[in-house]
Amino acid sequence: MNLFLLKRFATFIATLIGTSLVVFLVLEVLPGDPALVMLGPDANEDAVAALRDKLGLNQPAVTRYLEWIGGLVTGSFGQSYSYGVSTGELIVERLWVTVPLALMAMLMTVVIALPLGIHAASKHNKAGDVVVMGVSQLGIAIPNFWFGILLILFFAVQLGWASAGGFPGWDEGVLDGISALFLPAIALALVQAAILARFTRSAVLDVLREDFVRTARAKGLTRRAALWGHAVRNALIPVVTIMGLQFSNLLAGTVVIENVFQLPGLGRLVFQAIANRDVPVVRDAVVILAAKVVIINFVVDLLYAWIDPRLKAHDV
Amino acid sequence: MPLLEVENLTVTLATNRGPGDAVRNVAFALDRGETLGLVGESGCGKSITALALMSLLPERARIAGSIRLDGRELTTLGEDQLCGLRGDRMAMIFQEPMTSLNPVQTIGRQVAEPLILHKGMTRAAARERALDLLDRVGLPNPAARLDQFPHQLSGGQRQRVMIAMALACDPDLLIADEPTTALDVTIQGQILDLILDLVEERGMALLLISHDLGVIAETTQRMMVMYGGSVVEAGPTAEVFARMAHPYTRGLFAARPKLGPATETPLATIAGVVPELADLPPGCPFANRCPLMIPPCNDGLPPPLPMGPDHISRCIRARELVASA
Amino acid sequence: MTVAATPSAAPGFAARALRHPSFVAGAVLTGLIVLMALVSYVWTPHPPLEMTVSQRLKPPSEAWWLGTDAFGRDVASLIMAGARNSILVGVVAVGIGMTAGVAFGLYASAKRGWTEEIVMRLSDFVFAFPAILSAVMLTALAGAGTANSIIAIGIFNVPVFARITRAAANSVWAREFVLAARAAGKGGFRITVEHVLPNIVSILVVQATIQFAIAILAEAALSYLGLGTRPPDPSWGRMLNEAQAHIFRSPTLAVFPGIAIALSVLGLNLLGDGLRDLIDPRLARKR
Repeated sequence: MNLFLLKRFATFIATLIGTSLVVFLVLEVLPGDPALVMLGPDANEDAVAALRDKLGLNQPAVTRYLEWIGGLVTGSFGQSYSYGVSTGELIVERLWVTVPLALMAMLMTVVIALPLGIHAASKHNKAGDVVVMGVSQLGIAIPNFWFGILLILFFAVQLGWASAGGFPGWDEGVLDGISALFLPAIALALVQAAILARFTRSAVLDVLREDFVRTARAKGLTRRAALWGHAVRNALIPVVTIMGLQFSNLLAGTVVIENVFQLPGLGRLVFQAIANRDVPVVRDAVVILAAKVVIINFVVDLLYAWIDPRLKAHDV
Repeated sequence: MPLLEVENLTVTLATNRGPGDAVRNVAFALDRGETLGLVGESGCGKSITALALMSLLPERARIAGSIRLDGRELTTLGEDQLCGLRGDRMAMIFQEPMTSLNPVQTIGRQVAEPLILHKGMTRAAARERALDLLDRVGLPNPAARLDQFPHQLSGGQRQRVMIAMALACDPDLLIADEPTTALDVTIQGQILDLILDLVEERGMALLLISHDLGVIAETTQRMMVMYGGSVVEAGPTAEVFARMAHPYTRGLFAARPKLGPATETPLATIAGVVPELADLPPGCPFANRCPLMIPPCNDGLPPPLPMGPDHISRCIRARELVASA
Repeated sequence: MTVAATPSAAPGFAARALRHPSFVAGAVLTGLIVLMALVSYVWTPHPPLEMTVSQRLKPPSEAWWLGTDAFGRDVASLIMAGARNSILVGVVAVGIGMTAGVAFGLYASAKRGWTEEIVMRLSDFVFAFPAILSAVMLTALAGAGTANSIIAIGIFNVPVFARITRAAANSVWAREFVLAARAAGKGGFRITVEHVLPNIVSILVVQATIQFAIAILAEAALSYLGLGTRPPDPSWGRMLNEAQAHIFRSPTLAVFPGIAIALSVLGLNLLGDGLRDLIDPRLARKR
């Protein structure tokens, strides 16, 4: 383990603790009594008090926070107020939609953006470059949920090729599941691909101006070979950072896109749970989402160390 | 027939203020085993000349004139054929060993690359050869260095790696652009000696570019002084130093820092600044800074005046200058 | 020693700006959107909130330029009036984020050391957390509405401006004229106000333009989710939400508000890119 990764790991833990604290505090001051929400406005006061007691709402905040975190660490999750099942179960079920969706979108983003960005850089200021830059400028301006609606309009309403939303579940077959996630993934990927293509282009252009690219050309490498053999890997160092940020954005973007396409994912779960004041679900799901974000950042740092040998020089 | 023949070489660059001639009517010849120095201030066109020889000019540069390597015209050659020559028949060492090596590739891989490319060697064979080369350029513990990255080496060691890389395919022509400028003074001599040894050992032609008259004096048989894109004086190195038939050469010589205890007299400088490319006057480019300037200097680029065997000067008052000294 | 003139004041700026294609395109688009919002106060084809029950879900026609929605309201009028909402949220949210963020950034840069470290770690923390998720939580906490969505978006502009201000301010602090001012005995506050701030204004203007575009997107997303502007105030995001329910009967409803959002964002982004090129020619070369 080197110092760089050790520091990153400390940040990782600190971010998780910070997030859980913020989430807990926000939910503390969130108006609305969960017991009242569960029993309905007509419930009698004794029943509400009994339920509050049962849910442990009368204990001091510190105790409840520690019990919650202890439960998360040991894997014993709370009960959802509105679904009546363990939040862990609920979250895992929803993750099976959100994670494949985000992964598909990220894959599309990378597959579209990297070649376009590198191509644009290699054709700097020529027609290919201008087209990529123009199209990506448009892509950045389009809100992802509107693009989702347009996709529904075109593929579901006009062509009738896809359903206007919903998710059949993985039990119906992997292919059906993937095809249900296909349009949402495109909607998520468009904006991110536009951003990444532009960023990749400028990163590659920066590297192409470096002395070692000239050295490679002086060795007899063609423009193309110097680009792919020497420039691209160096350009990937900043690009990977942006990709990590984008993956976080994609995960967050699922909140909106899952609503556009009526997908039973984690984002929609959080959204509905907030509306229902389903405190255990909200806090667990948000912490899981935040954990995913910091895990991604951590993986990005690992990738860094792999791409850029200079970082390994800081070995302890 | 000499190895390298350059005739009427003119390079026009697109600058912010319009096109400007970075190299104007440069002509010289260089044969195997010969060493030629090119000296001048930064911005005088010496690096552009080198890049023109390698056909690695910036994209919007235009080139006119003729460059022949072994009788083959390079200015009209296709990119594929040029790639076949670069790194194989002609090689180049750059000024900044810090930034001229790829930071994310191992030393071994970078030295082996031209061998795989031009000699069709396998990775293993090229690696073996790279080890020999690193050993030859005096890199300590070469076997361990193969798998190291540039940031793990010192500046002098990196420049040795650059030299090994340039020599990999036994080129006929070696261009060294300020190879020691970025290095510590103590290392500079070692690197120059290494380059000279290798040139002699392999019978290469060397074009050494430097702003440092001392380096040129110690290293080269013949030299050219460049100013404002033109060669203002050229000849055998000893001859040029003995007579200094151009006011600019004298200015450079007077302005060089001297070793020894500090004296009361301040370092001499040449008054004025190098004109921008787009503003180069039609006459002698040095006229606006020259202490000997007379009106006819602005009438056109002075023709090369013969000053001795193989020695020319582009100064209309060169004879007066030499006679007065 | 004098303060270096801000580059935007350099002579010929207007002439160069007029020749810069993306600046001109961005300025024209942005100008049109602002004009649309202003005109909507005095004139719209129909009163934006007037419901004509007999004319529900009509396609575009001479009477209803862009058709009518499910309540029989004129879509063209709603879009014009909706521009007011987007601009209001954008201006106020970016204003809040910029004021607080610039203050934090300048303070961190002037103090350095632990203060800087704490401010930057805090902004990292806010940064690491997906903004839309936090905005959803915040608006859910405080209730849906324009004011709350402005606050939610504004908060997430704070670290953006804090970071960029600190980075830019640090480089100004390292310049010779600041050293000279310190040598002359000027205090941190005076140097910040007299030297640092004037030199980073142009960078902040560019960033504000881009954040404005992001704010418009965020407001649209929140309104789409039902957490932003509340009915009956017209809002592009909520129009899209309502349109989706009628997508099979009246597909064009889902098209026009989206175009309005996309054109506003495009205009602001082009304007920001253009400004950056014009202010910093060094960066312009890359494009």
